[in-house]
Amino acid sequence: MSLDPSFVGRSYPPTAPYQVGREKIREFATAIGATDAAYHDPEAARALGHRDVVAPPTFPVLLTMATTQQIVDDPALGVDYSRVVHGDQRFAYTRPVVAGDELVCVNTIEDVSSRGGHDFLTTRTDVSTADGEPVVAVWSKIVVRGEA
Amino acid sequence: MELPTKTFRVTRADLVRYAGASGDFNPIHWSDRVATKVGLPGVIAHGMFTMALVGRAVTEWAGAPDAVVDYGVRFTRPVVVPDDDTGTEIEVTAKVKETGEAGLTRLDITATCRGEKVLSQARAVIRTPR
Repeated sequence: MSLDPSFVGRSYPPTAPYQVGREKIREFATAIGATDAAYHDPEAARALGHRDVVAPPTFPVLLTMATTQQIVDDPALGVDYSRVVHGDQRFAYTRPVVAGDELVCVNTIEDVSSRGGHDFLTTRTDVSTADGEPVVAVWSKIVVRGEA
Repeated sequence: MELPTKTFRVTRADLVRYAGASGDFNPIHWSDRVATKVGLPGVIAHGMFTMALVGRAVTEWAGAPDAVVDYGVRFTRPVVVPDDDTGTEIEVTAKVKETGEAGLTRLDITATCRGEKVLSQARAVIRTPR
């Protein structure tokens, strides 16, 4: 069953704010082996002009992976999650994420297509502060493998 | 200009740690039983873990942890991680390109595991190192 292309352009309501914690950034940085002082030490981050420790570039996936479930779980769209493979991922930054940010995600379906029996779903998540300051736009393309 | 190759070792312990830190507990990243059942050769690394390691290479080349303006990849091949002490290795290199925009540099990135490309269309735009 193909995904319905009429879903392209659909946006979902903003998610509840996510509080970016200093320890979560440290834990994530440690898990990927990123030792730069600005990921761990608030003083080092301040020396670079940031309010608190800086998150590594792929950190926002912690938020977006959870919030795009909004789309994947939409029964009207009908994605079979057991057949989902990660295709593409992109982050376009207005500024880095720092500890203390309170971030809200707005998910939009940017593209739906079918090729070779597989469905492709591209989502864009606009991540901004609760006050509306844009921080990062995140694109994710998933492949829903056909039942070959 | 080609940047110096960076090598990242990936073991099962790394995948478990990444699963915990990222909240991605998909069993194909820790259970051979589940991974082989869905047709994979064995446990594979999270695509986002590979992307994070390549991101480390990018920030190291940039010389600044906050230099990344834009970063995107396509996942083309799984990184299989055997259940032993040595795991596997991801090699990352990049070519420096002009962006045409002042203060920004583009990197065209190549990431390989066992000699095969695991990403395509991997690009980063960074603030040009001073």
